Amino acid sequence: MARALINVPAKARKGDVIEIKTLISHVMESGFRRTQTGEAIPRDIVTAFACTYNGEEIFAAQLYPAISANPFITFHTVATESGTFEFKWTGDNGFAATETAKIVVE
Amino acid sequence: MTSGWASLRRLAPAVFVLAATAIVTASAEIPLNERRSGYADLGRETKAMQDDDTANPGMLAVLDGEALWSAKAGSAGRSCADCHGDARTSMKGVAARYPAFDAKAGRPVNIEQRINLCRDERQQAKPFAYESRDMLALSAFVGLQSRGQPIAPPDDARLQPFRDAGRDTYNRRQGQLNLACGHCHDDNRGQRLAGIVIPQAHPTGYPLYRLEWQSVGSLQRRLRNCLIGMRAEHYAYGAPEYVELETYLMWRARGMPMETPAVRP
Repeated sequence: MARALINVPAKARKGDVIEIKTLISHVMESGFRRTQTGEAIPRDIVTAFACTYNGEEIFAAQLYPAISANPFITFHTVATESGTFEFKWTGDNGFAATETAKIVVE
Repeated sequence: MTSGWASLRRLAPAVFVLAATAIVTASAEIPLNERRSGYADLGRETKAMQDDDTANPGMLAVLDGEALWSAKAGSAGRSCADCHGDARTSMKGVAARYPAFDAKAGRPVNIEQRINLCRDERQQAKPFAYESRDMLALSAFVGLQSRGQPIAPPDDARLQPFRDAGRDTYNRRQGQLNLACGHCHDDNRGQRLAGIVIPQAHPTGYPLYRLEWQSVGSLQRRLRNCLIGMRAEHYAYGAPEYVELETYLMWRARGMPMETPAVRP
């Protein structure tokens, strides 16, 4: 199972710009490397990331082979209401991971 | 050719003794108050990465290790937690004391070997392979419990010969480039090798996340890297030479705070 670390402020004031940091464990095997005997190592990467805030998508990214192992994605949003952030990563070989984080907006 | 060397050796022992003395005195040990962790030479971004537990990729290994800590393993069906309880108290400062002398083995063992001894004797489980995901995870989790603690090599006279052997390896010229560890890490510390500041080689944060590796790695992996860079023959993982070097390096870094899991470029 993939491990993920999420950093969302637990509390914010309405209208605040908050920073969200996400880190997920993944090898991000580019598909361009070969073993010592010359066989190609098949590509195995995270291809997409999306974040929803109370069901509404606020950030999405597509990932490509040049992105390093354990992708660290950080972005900002405006705290509008209390609720839940849902993070979703999908990738090669049926890779899928989800995490959630709650925020209280005052 | 071989016999020629042998006779040369017999003819000129004094030369070899002189050379040996020169090697030993070549690198002066760094004064205690001038020591600095590799952290001090990191860029702003890398420092920020290490300082923030939600940005430090080493913490992903720690999370895996935390799960392993309480997972039952082996035919004894016991977990680490069954004997050691809460790692936050029982493992505090432990990694800062290793390598420690193991009476049964008659030599020092490092933290990875200690984990495998436990697996073998207490859990009756298969030992983890060096640099395997599980080994790195568990040693990172155990190491984290010592974060901020000063490195405290045991005051154990039985360790001394191994520490001395480690110092000899550290100061011995090796490989095609004919360098000893001290030539870079003592004599030229703080200078640049290519664009990179040469660190003082204090193993404060192992296992650590190295951006170049894109993964967590142990001190032995780092030592292996250096030996390959010197074009010297490297040892097998777990070799006595590595553990002796670790014993010396931890003593050399005594008193410096642990940073596990550190981040390095």
